[in-house]
Amino acid sequence: MNTKDNSRREFITAGVLAGLALAGCATKKSPFDPDASEGVKPSGEMVKLLSVDGEVIEVDKAFLKPVPELPAVSNDIARKGIAGKKFVMVIDLSRCKSLKKCQSACNHMHHIHPGQNWIKVYPMQDSERTAPYWEPTTCMHCDEPPCVKVCPVDATFKRQDGIVLIDSDRCIGCRFCMAACPYSARVFNWEDPGVPEEVASKPYSCESSVPQKKGTVGKCDFCPDMVRQGQLPHCVAACPNGVFAFGDILEDTVTNGAETFRFSDLIKDKAGYRLMEDLGTKPSVYYLPPVNRNFPFENNEPKEEGKKS
Amino acid sequence: MENSTIQKITDDLLPQKFGKQGKLWVAFLSILCVIGFIAYCRQVYKGLVVTSMRDYVSWGIYISNFVFFVAISLVGSLITAVLRLTNAEWSTPLTRIAEIIAVSAITFASIIIVVDMGRPDRFYNLFLHGRLQSPIIWDVIVITTYFFISLLLLYFPLLPDLQILLKYKEKTSKGLYKLYSFLGSFWKNTPEQEKISNRAINILSITIIPVAFSIHTVTSWLFATTYRPGWDSTNFGAYFISGAFLVGAGAVIVAMYVFRAHYNLEKYITDSHFDKMGKVLVLLALLYLYFNVNEFLVPAFKMKKSEEEHLMGLFTGEFAAVFWFAISTAMIIPILILVFKNGRKPFPAFIAGILVVIGSWFKRYLIVTPTLLHPFLPMHDVPANYKHYFPTWEEWAIAIGSLAGALLIITIFARIFPIIPIHETIIETEQHEKA
Repeated sequence: MNTKDNSRREFITAGVLAGLALAGCATKKSPFDPDASEGVKPSGEMVKLLSVDGEVIEVDKAFLKPVPELPAVSNDIARKGIAGKKFVMVIDLSRCKSLKKCQSACNHMHHIHPGQNWIKVYPMQDSERTAPYWEPTTCMHCDEPPCVKVCPVDATFKRQDGIVLIDSDRCIGCRFCMAACPYSARVFNWEDPGVPEEVASKPYSCESSVPQKKGTVGKCDFCPDMVRQGQLPHCVAACPNGVFAFGDILEDTVTNGAETFRFSDLIKDKAGYRLMEDLGTKPSVYYLPPVNRNFPFENNEPKEEGKKS
Repeated sequence: MENSTIQKITDDLLPQKFGKQGKLWVAFLSILCVIGFIAYCRQVYKGLVVTSMRDYVSWGIYISNFVFFVAISLVGSLITAVLRLTNAEWSTPLTRIAEIIAVSAITFASIIIVVDMGRPDRFYNLFLHGRLQSPIIWDVIVITTYFFISLLLLYFPLLPDLQILLKYKEKTSKGLYKLYSFLGSFWKNTPEQEKISNRAINILSITIIPVAFSIHTVTSWLFATTYRPGWDSTNFGAYFISGAFLVGAGAVIVAMYVFRAHYNLEKYITDSHFDKMGKVLVLLALLYLYFNVNEFLVPAFKMKKSEEEHLMGLFTGEFAAVFWFAISTAMIIPILILVFKNGRKPFPAFIAGILVVIGSWFKRYLIVTPTLLHPFLPMHDVPANYKHYFPTWEEWAIAIGSLAGALLIITIFARIFPIIPIHETIIETEQHEKA
C-alpha cells in the first residue's frame, strides 16, 4: 500500500493509544460513560493535538477520552470493496508441511469457535500410485461464486476486488450457501462462538468477520481489513515456509512477505492450477503443484483417507 | 329426491363431537406437539447446536421433513384439480380430505423451514433483502401462493355446507355457530352465488396445477442447483413430483380408511373408492419407481469417482438398510399389494398407504443427508462428531411434533366441518337417482 495511508494509520493508532493511556491515568471511571466527563477537573496539564482541520490545538489532559472502537469502514464500503484491485492467492504445495500456523493464526484473529477452522490442511493423494501432499484450503473467492448465487438475502456477496464476504448481521442461517459450496469452505456457528466479551460487544464488520455470531455462517475472508492497512492476510503472515502468496492480479504481483513474485510468471513456470476447474466456479486461489518438495510427507494425524475429485 | 334421504345424508355427515377415542387421540397429538415445542425452545435458547447437524451435514431431518410435507401437500392438487378436471366424479367425497391434508402439510412445511433457520428472528430479511435469483425466494413465493389457493379450494366448496351447518343450530355449540356464521352467513345458495363459486373453483383448479408442480420442482431445485453428487441431477424435478403424488395419494388412502372406520362412512367412502385410489397408487408408485431407476441406474453405470462413494453408501454401505427399506416400502410392496383386486379392499389398501407414507419419509431423509456426508474434498480438520449424523432427541421431538401438529389440524378440522362434502353428496345422489 502507499506510504500516505501508512503514516495516517500510524498517526491514528498512536493517537488512540496515547488517548487510552492518558485517560487511564486521569480517571478510573469508564471513559465511555457520558457522565464521566462531568466530574473531571482540569488538571492544568495541556496536551498538543492535531485537529481534523490540520490545526495544532491544546487540550487539557484530563478531558482526553479514547475514541470508541468503530468498524474501520461502513457496511456500504465493505460491500463495495477496494476500487481498482483484484485479489488473488497462490498456494505453493511444495512448501507445505502442515505446520498449521496459518490455521491457528486465522482461528485466533477471527475468534473462530473452538474445533472449527476456516483454513483446512488436507492430506491429499490423487490416486493410489501418486505421491501424497498437504493441501491447505481457504475460501476460493470464486468469480462465479455458487454461494452468492443461492443466498436469499444478499448476506454473502461478491465485491469489485474479487473478495466474497459475509454480512453476519444479515445472515438468516439457512445454510444454503454451505450446501452450494463445493469446496466445503463454509462453517456455521451452531452455538455461541465463545468470542471474548470485549470483542463480542464490538459492532460486526464484514471486513474483519469479527465478531462471529450464533446462528450465522462464517468463512475465510481474505482479511480485507489487513489489506486495507497495507498488510498481508493473517495466514500469509503466519506461515514460516512462505506457502501462501497474496497479491493483486491487476498489478500481476503476489508476495508471501519475504519473496515477491510476478503472478503470471509464477503460474506459467510452475504450472499453477485451480481446484475443480471443471465446475466453472473460477476460483481466485491458485495452487502450485507439489513438485521438488521442501519437506517429506509425514502424516502424524489420525488416519484418514485422502481423495480428490 | 325424498327429504328423508337428504336428512339421512346430512345426519351421517354432520361433524360429530369427539368420543373417548377422539379425545385420547387429540390429547396424544397435543402432547407430542408440546414436547416438540419444548425442544424448539431449547433450540432457540442454545442454538442449532442441540441438533446433530454440523458443518458437513448442514441439513438434516428438518429439511427432509420439510420436503416430505411439501410432497404430501401436492395431493390437494391431484385429487381436487386433476381428478376434477378429468371429470372423475367418484373423487368428490375425497376432495375435502385431500385439501385439508394439503393445507395442514403446507402450513407445517413453512413452520419446519423456520425451525431450521439459524436466525429465525431475521425471517423478515427475506422480504427486506430478498434476491430473486435464490431458489429459496422462489420457494417462498410459490409456497405462499399454493397455501392460499389451497385454502380457497378448501373454503369455497365449504360454503354450501356451512349453510347446512347453520340450519342445525341446536346441534352445534355457541362458539362453533359463531364461527360458521362468520365464515358462511353471507352464503344464500342463490343461483348467482353458485355460478360465481363454481367459476372460482374452476379457475383455482386450473391454476393450482402449475403452482403445485412449481412448489415441488422448486423444492427439488434447492438440491439440484448445487454441484453435489446425488443432487446434481436433471432428473430431480420430475423425480420429486412423482414421489410427491405417490406419498400424497398414500396419505389420502390412510385418511379415507381412518375417517370411514371412525365415523361409519361406509356408504360414502365405499370399497370402490379404495379400489380406484388403489389403482391410482399403483400407477404413481410405478411412475416413481421409473424415476428412481433413472436417478440411480444411470450414475451407477458410470460410477464417476465423485458419485461412487455416495452411491455405494446407498446400495451396500451405511445407508443400504434405509435405502432398500424405503424403496421396498414406498414402492415395491405397495405395488405388489395393490396390483391384485383383493389388495385394493379397504384394509390391505390402508396398509399399503401406511407403507407408502413411512417409506416416503425415509426416502426424503436419504435424499438430503447421505449427499452431505460425501463432499468433494474429504471431511477433514473438524471434530469427530462432525463426520456422522444421527438426529438428537430435540430433532426427533420437533420432527414428530410437526407431524403430530399436521394430524391435529386435520383432526380438529374434521371435528368442526363435515369431512365429506354434504351439499355435493346430496346433489350427486340426486343426479344419480335421476339417471
